[in-house]
Amino acid sequence: MSLTSIIFTLFCYLSLLIFVIGLSYKIIQYSRTPAPLKIPIAPAPLKRSGVFMRMVAEVFLFKSLFKASKWTWFFGWIFHWALVLLFIRHLGYFWPGDTPEVLLKTESFKYASFPLIIGLMGLLARRIFVDRIRYISSPSDYLMLILLITIGASGMLMTFALYYPNMGLVYSFAEGLVTLNWSELPSDLIFLVHIFFVFILIAIFPISKLLHAPGVFFSPTLNQVDNARKRRHISSWAMQKETDKEVSIEQNLEKDE
Amino acid sequence: MAEVDIDKLPTYIEIPAIQKDAMAGDGPFKASAEIQEQLGFPGEKIENWQQVAIEKMAETTSKYRSVQVFLDACVKCGACTDKCHYYLGTSDPKNMPVARQDLFRSVYRRHFTFAGKYFPKLVGAKELDDAMLDDWYNYFHQCSQCRRCAVFCPYGIDTAEISMAAREVMNVIGVGQKYSNQILGRINKIGNNLGMPEPALRDTLLDLEEEIEKETGIAVNLPLDNEHAEVLMVTPSADFFAEPHIDGLIGYAKVFHQSGVTWTMSSYASEAANFGMFIGSYEVMRQGALRIRKAALDLGVSRIIVGECGHAWRVAYSFWNTLSGIGGGASDEYALKLQRQLDSNYPQPQHIIEFTYDLIQKGILTFDKTKNDHRKVTFHDSCNVARGSNMGDIENGQFILPREVIKAACNHFADMPKATIKSSTFCCGGGGGLLTDDLIELRIKGAMPRMQALKQSQENDGVNTLAAICAICKSQFSKVLPNYDFDPYMIVSVHQLVSDALVLSDKSQTKAEDSL
Ligand code: SF4
Ligand code: SF4
Repeated sequence: MSLTSIIFTLFCYLSLLIFVIGLSYKIIQYSRTPAPLKIPIAPAPLKRSGVFMRMVAEVFLFKSLFKASKWTWFFGWIFHWALVLLFIRHLGYFWPGDTPEVLLKTESFKYASFPLIIGLMGLLARRIFVDRIRYISSPSDYLMLILLITIGASGMLMTFALYYPNMGLVYSFAEGLVTLNWSELPSDLIFLVHIFFVFILIAIFPISKLLHAPGVFFSPTLNQVDNARKRRHISSWAMQKETDKEVSIEQNLEKDE
Repeated sequence: MAEVDIDKLPTYIEIPAIQKDAMAGDGPFKASAEIQEQLGFPGEKIENWQQVAIEKMAETTSKYRSVQVFLDACVKCGACTDKCHYYLGTSDPKNMPVARQDLFRSVYRRHFTFAGKYFPKLVGAKELDDAMLDDWYNYFHQCSQCRRCAVFCPYGIDTAEISMAAREVMNVIGVGQKYSNQILGRINKIGNNLGMPEPALRDTLLDLEEEIEKETGIAVNLPLDNEHAEVLMVTPSADFFAEPHIDGLIGYAKVFHQSGVTWTMSSYASEAANFGMFIGSYEVMRQGALRIRKAALDLGVSRIIVGECGHAWRVAYSFWNTLSGIGGGASDEYALKLQRQLDSNYPQPQHIIEFTYDLIQKGILTFDKTKNDHRKVTFHDSCNVARGSNMGDIENGQFILPREVIKAACNHFADMPKATIKSSTFCCGGGGGLLTDDLIELRIKGAMPRMQALKQSQENDGVNTLAAICAICKSQFSKVLPNYDFDPYMIVSVHQLVSDALVLSDKSQTKAEDSL
C-alpha cells in the first residue's frame, strides 16, 4: 500500500474515533445534566404525543425556522435533505460484497448535490450580505460552509465533470475500511480532497456547532411536556436539597408566630 | 412623560440596520452592599471575581441542561436576530438574541470547549475581562426574558435562560442590579414587593370595600388572613395600590362575591410576583414560593388562585410544583403533605382568569356588556403567560381563556396583527426586572414594536382600550403609552372589564351557592 493510502486509512479511523468518543461524551453529558424546571416554549404540547409531533416537525420540517425566516429555512432545509440523500447514495460504496438492490436504485440521488450547493451558497450569501448575520459570524462559521461546499463541489466534479477516479479502487478502498481489509485508494487529488474534508467534518462534529444535531433532541424548551401542574417535576439536585436540610417539612409546617 | 428621543411609529416594522453600541452604557443602577448581602450575595465585586465567575458558570452548565445545550447548539443561523423587541427598538446588535447569548457563550467557549481553548479567534472565544463583564451587566439587563426569540429558534434556544444564568453569575461575584434585588429584599422581609406591612394592607382593603359599596350599594368583601376560606388569593402587590391594577383587584373581589366561594388574601404572602426568576436564582425563587406554601398551610385553604401577573403565573404554573409542591402528582412526602390538603378537583394553582372563565361557562356570572360599549378592546398577551404557561389545560388555553373572558364582558374586541400576538407576542418592554426608571430609555424604545401593532389596531379597528393580565405590562404601558401619543389610561386590567360589566347581586340575602 502506498504511503498516501496508509495515511488516509489512518485519518479515517482517527476521525471516526474522535466522532464516536466525542459524541458519546456529549450525549452522556446532555442526558446526565438535569433540567430542574419545566420550561417548554409555546405552543407547548400538553402530552407526550404532542412532544413527539413537535420534534418531528422541527427535525424534518424545521418548523420554527420556517416561522422565523423563509430564506434561511429554504436554504437550510434543502441543504440538509440533500445531505441525507447524498449520504444514502454513498452507502453503496461501503457495502461489503454485492450492493443490495435498494442502494443501486439511489443512483439518481447524485442530483441532490445541486440543491446541496444551492443551499450552502445561499447560507453563505446570507452570512456575508445580511449585516445582522455577518455580525454574529465567527471565522469558524464561514469555514464550516466552505468545508461543506468543498466536499460538495469536489464530489460533483468527480460525478458530473468526468474527473472520475478509478471506481474499482474507490469501492475496494471504501469496503476495505468496513471489512478491515485495507486497500489502495485512488490518488486523484480531487478525490483525496473530497474524502479528507469529509474526515475533518466527522472529526470536528463533537467539538463544533454541529452539536446542534444531538442538541435539538435535548432542548428542554422543545422536548418537555407542559404538565407542570399535574406532575411534580424535580431534579436530583433540588430533591437532594429538600431532603438534606434546607427545608425540612416540619420547619415549613410551623405556624406563624 | 419621560423625555427620550424616539422616531415616529413606522407603518410597519422594519428590521433596522445594525448600529454598533447604540445602547452601550453602564446599565441599570447597581445594588448596594446592604441589598446584596440581604440576599446572601457578596456586598461588592469580590477580589477573585473572574475565578469565581468561571466556577459558577461550570456549576450552572452542570445543573441546567438548558444552558449546557443552548450554549453548544446554536448554529448562528440568525433566525432570532430580528425577533427581539429591544433590537427592533434600539438597533444595537448586542440586543440581537444570539449576540446577547454570545456574550456568555464566548466565555463558555474560552473556558469549557476544546476549540475555544486552543483556537479562540477561530470560534470567537473570549476572556471574561472587565470590558466583557461590563457588557454582560449592560446587555443582560436589556433582556426582558420574554422568550420571543426561543419561539423562532430551530433548537428552541431561549435567551432568557442565558440571561438568567448570567445575572446569577454576576450576583455571585457581587455585581447585582439594584431594582430587582431591592425588591427581593423587601419580599423576604415583609412579604411583598412594595414593602407594605399588614396594617397598611388591611386599611387598603377596607377602603376598597367601602369604595365598592359606595359605588354599587352592595357589600363586597376583600378578606385578609381568613382561616376559614376555601381559596387563597395571591396577587401582585401592585394590585393593592396603583391604577389600573387596583380596578383588577376589585374585579376579582366581585367575581368571588358572585361565585359564593370564600376566599382570602394573606398578609404573610401578599405577593405573587417572584423576582427570583429574573435573577436566575433557584434558591431565591424557591424562598418566594415557600412563603406562599406556608401561607396556604397556615390558612388551611383548599385552593390557591393567582391574580393578574405575568411572570408570577409562569412561576406559579410552571415552577411552584417543583419548588414547593403546590400542584399535583407528587410522590414525595414533602409535596404530598400539601397536596393532600389541596382540592384535587381543581387545577392547583389556578389563574383568576381560569376561575372567572369557569364561572362564565357555568352561567354563574351575568354581564351587562353595554357598560363596556364605549370601549374597543384589544388584548396584549403578556410574554410569561403566553410563552411560559397554560390556562384551562387545553392547548393554547392561555390565549383562548383571557379573550373569552373579555368577550363575555365586552361587545367590541379586536386582536392586534397576527405576528404580534399569542406565541409571537411582543413584550411590553418592561419585563424581566427592567421596570425601573434608570432604564427608561430602553423601556420606551423596547416598547416600539408593541406600540406599532397597537397603532395599527387603532387605525384599522378603532381600538381604544388595551387590556392585559400582567402587573408589569400595566405599569410599563401606563408609563410609555404617552411617548407614542396614546392615552395612558387606555391600559386596563382584564378584571376591570369584568368588574365594570358584572351584574352584582346582594349576597347577604341570597345564600352562597354550593354548586361551586
Ligand atoms: S435562531 Fe437559534 S440557532 Fe439561530 S442564531 Fe438564533 S439562537 Fe442561534
Ligand atoms: S428573551 Fe426577549 S428580550 Fe431577551 S433576547 Fe429574547 S427576545 Fe430579546
